[in-house]
Amino acid sequence: MRRTINLKKGLNLSLAGGLSSSDIKAETRPSAVAVIPDDFHGFQPKPEVAEGDSVSAGQPLLHDKADNDIKIVSPAAGKVRCIVRGHRRKIERIVIDTDSQQSDPVTHSASGDPDSIRRLLKVSGLWVMMRQRPYDIIPAPDSMPRDIFVTAMDTAPLAPDMEKELAGKELELRAGVKALKTLTKGSIYIGVRSGSSLPEIEGAEIIEFNPLHPAGNPGIQAANISPVNKGEIIWTLDAVTLAKIGGLMINGTVDFTAHVALTGSELIEPKMVSTIEGADLADLLEGDIADDGRNHRIISGNVLTGTPESMEGFLRYPYRQVTVIPEGDDADEFMGWASVSPSKMSVSPSFLGRFFGKKFKPDARLMGGRRAMIMSEVYDKYLPMDVMPEYLIKAILAKDIDRMEALGIYEVAPEDFALAEYADPSKIELQRIVRDGLDYLRSEV
Amino acid sequence: MKTLRKFLDSVKPHFEPGGKLQSLHSVFDGFETFLYTPNSTSKAGAVNIHDSLDSKRIMIIVVLALMPCLLFGMYNTGYQNWIAAGATEFPFWQLMAYGFLAVLPRILVAYVVGLGIEFAVAQWRREEIQEGFLVTGILIPLICPIETPLWMLAVATAFSVIFVKEVFGGTGYNVFNVALVTRAFLFFAYPAQMSGDKVFVASGKILGLGHNLPDGFTGATPLGQIASFTGDKLELLNLRGDAISSLDAFIGLIPGSFGETSTLCILIGAIILLVSGIASWRIMLSVVAGGLIMGWVANLFHTPTYPASFLSPVDQLLYGGFAFAAVFMATDPVTAARTGAGKYVYGLLVGVMAVLIRTYNNGYPEGAMLAVLLGNALAPLIDYCVVQLNVSRRNSRLRARA
Repeated sequence: MRRTINLKKGLNLSLAGGLSSSDIKAETRPSAVAVIPDDFHGFQPKPEVAEGDSVSAGQPLLHDKADNDIKIVSPAAGKVRCIVRGHRRKIERIVIDTDSQQSDPVTHSASGDPDSIRRLLKVSGLWVMMRQRPYDIIPAPDSMPRDIFVTAMDTAPLAPDMEKELAGKELELRAGVKALKTLTKGSIYIGVRSGSSLPEIEGAEIIEFNPLHPAGNPGIQAANISPVNKGEIIWTLDAVTLAKIGGLMINGTVDFTAHVALTGSELIEPKMVSTIEGADLADLLEGDIADDGRNHRIISGNVLTGTPESMEGFLRYPYRQVTVIPEGDDADEFMGWASVSPSKMSVSPSFLGRFFGKKFKPDARLMGGRRAMIMSEVYDKYLPMDVMPEYLIKAILAKDIDRMEALGIYEVAPEDFALAEYADPSKIELQRIVRDGLDYLRSEV
Repeated sequence: MKTLRKFLDSVKPHFEPGGKLQSLHSVFDGFETFLYTPNSTSKAGAVNIHDSLDSKRIMIIVVLALMPCLLFGMYNTGYQNWIAAGATEFPFWQLMAYGFLAVLPRILVAYVVGLGIEFAVAQWRREEIQEGFLVTGILIPLICPIETPLWMLAVATAFSVIFVKEVFGGTGYNVFNVALVTRAFLFFAYPAQMSGDKVFVASGKILGLGHNLPDGFTGATPLGQIASFTGDKLELLNLRGDAISSLDAFIGLIPGSFGETSTLCILIGAIILLVSGIASWRIMLSVVAGGLIMGWVANLFHTPTYPASFLSPVDQLLYGGFAFAAVFMATDPVTAARTGAGKYVYGLLVGVMAVLIRTYNNGYPEGAMLAVLLGNALAPLIDYCVVQLNVSRRNSRLRARA
C-alpha cells in the first residue's frame, strides 16, 4: 500500500479550453528553436557558440560562469541565427534555425560512478533542468541533496496528464532513479496522483497525492513529505526529466522531443502536439488561434506561472504547455465590481458563476486596483505547507533576513504562491516578491 | 454607456501629468476605475489571470450588509421621537422620512469630511484612492447617537481619518478601527454632550415632521438606565414608561445609537457577510461566545452594586452595541487578528471585555466600543504568538535533524 497524502488547501480552476484527449494529434517540426537562460534561474550564461555557427542537437550553447561543465545545449540541429542581448549585454536568448533533416544528436558515454554521472548530467544539459531548494535555482555544482523529489503529476490549470507521457518509459525511469540515487545519501520520492498506475521503482518511494493544485508542484510535495530545513538542500524535478536522465544513461543521448499541450479558451481546438523543446510559437500555433478580433495573450506555460510571449516567442522551460486566453485590454466593463454576471470567475461566493459548475474564460486583466493586504487568511487557503504566507511576504518586503529564515523562506519557491496571487483581492505580485526575496537572500548569505 | 466612456476618454488628458487639472488626477482615477473596471493586464513574472474579487466589491458588500441597519435606524429614530411625544399612531412613511432627514446630514458630513481627506492624501501621495472609507463613512453615523452635533462629528471624523489611518499609511495599515475611534473620540472629548440622556433621541421637528420634545424629557437607553439603577429588581422602560422586553431589544425599537439597536437587522447583515465570505465567522462566533460566557459569569454573581449583572447572558447580546460590534466592528480584517487561531483568541477577548466593562464599570455603559479597541491593540500581539508557534515548530524540526 502506497503512502497517501491528502492536501486540503488548494484550488483547481475551472477553465475553458482543456484537452479533450491527451493523444498526440500532430507533429510540428519547428523552423526555429530558442534557449532562454532566464528559464534556468541561477545559471550565469557564457556563450560557447557564435552567430552563424552550425550546431548539432545536444551541443552546448552556453555554460555557467560558476562551473564550466554546466551547459545549456541546443535542442535541435541547425544554425545559430542570433544571440539576443539585453540590458548590460545580458544574454536573453539564443535562436537556432533548425535544419530540415534530422541528424544524429551528440552522444555521451556513461559509467556508473557518482562523479562521472554528475559530470554527465552537467554536460548533457539535463543538470539545469533540475531545481534546488533553497532559492529555487539550478542545483549548485557540488551540492549533495538531502533528498530528491520527483513529481509525476501536473496539476496546473489545463495541464496535460503527465502520466500519459510516462507510459512505456519504465526502463528509463528506473535508470534515472538509479543514476540520481548515486548523488544523494537520502531518498528519492516520486509524487503521483492518487490511483496512479505507475509501477514501483527500485530505489524510490512513490507517494500518492490528491490532484488538487498546487499538489503537483514538487516543492509542495517536499513540504508535506519532509520539509527543507536551514542548511539543507533538496533537488526537485519532474518525472519527464527523470525519464530523460534515464534515457541518457541507457542510450547516451538526450531526447529533446516535447509533447506540448495547446490549451486555452482562444484556441479553435485544444490538442496535444509533438515537437521539440524551445520550439517557436508561430509554427506551433499556426492556424490554431481563434480569429475573433480580440487581443490574445499567448502564454508559454499555464495561466498561473507561465510567461506571456508574443507570436514571435518560443516554448519556454519547464513548460510543456501553451495557453492562449483573451488579453482583455480591449474590454470596456462598466462597474465590473458590481457585476452579478455568472461568467465572472472568482473564488468568492459573492460571484455566482461557480455555483453553475461551468467553465470560465478569464482574461488577463487585474480585475481591480493594487491595494495593501486587507483581507486576512486568503493566501493560507492556497498554500498547503506549514508556512504562514502573509507573514513571510511581509518579512520579505521588509528585507528582514532573520525573520524570513524563521518563517521558512528556504522551503518555498515563487510558483507555490501563484494560486494565492490569483485569488488575492489586493492583487499583490506575490511570485515576484518571493523571487526578489530569494535572490536577495542568496546575495546576502 | 458608450457616451460616458467617450466623455471620460475626452476629459482624461486634462488629468494626466501636464494637464490643467493634474492636481485632481487621483480623484479622476478614482471615479474612472469606479465606473469602468481598469483594463490594465498582468505583466510577465506574475499570474496571467486574476480573481474577479477586488477591494471595491468587498467594501460595497459590507455597505450592503449595513443597509438593513440603516433603514431600521431611520424608522426607529422616527419611532422614538413619536413615542417620546406620547403619540399613539406611528405612520410608517412619516417615521421613515423623519429618520431619513435626521440621519442624512450626518452621513453627508462623515462622507464629505472623510472622503475629502482621503482624496487629498491620495493625490498628495500620488496613489489611487482607496475604498476603505466607503464603509467607514456609513459606519460613523450608524454608531453615533442621532443628536450628535454635526461639527463634533466633523471634528471626530477628521481626527480619526488623519491620525488613525492616514499617518499609518492608509487603508490596510491602520491599527485601530477608524469608525470606532471616531466614536471614542466623541465619547472622551465631549463627555457632557455625548453621554447624557437626550442625545440618543431626536428631539426636534425636521422640516415640519416629527415632534418638539419638552426640555424635561429623558431618553435614557436601556444600558444608561442600568448604569444609574439602584435597588434590586431591574426593570427597563421605554420612553413612554412601558417595560422593555427582550423581544423589543431584539427587534430594536429602543433608544440607542442610530444603527445599533436592532439585533434582527444586524443578524441579516451578518448573514450577508458570512454567505459572501467577506467577514470571518471565527471572529463573530468567538465574540458571541465570549459575551455569553462573561454574561453568564456576571449573572451568576449578580449584585446590586453592579446592576448590569442582573441581565441574562442573552440580554447582554441584545442591548447596546454588542451585536453590532461583533458583526461589523470586530470583524474588520485590517484591525482584527489575521491568523486563524488568533481570531478565536481575539474574538473571545473582545466578547469577554465588552460585557466585563459594561457590567463592572458603570461609567462606560458602552463596553463593546472599548472592548473592540482593546482587541485591536492586542491583535498584533495575539498574531505574533501564533506566528511564533509556527517558527518554533520549524526550529524544533531543525533541532530534531541535527
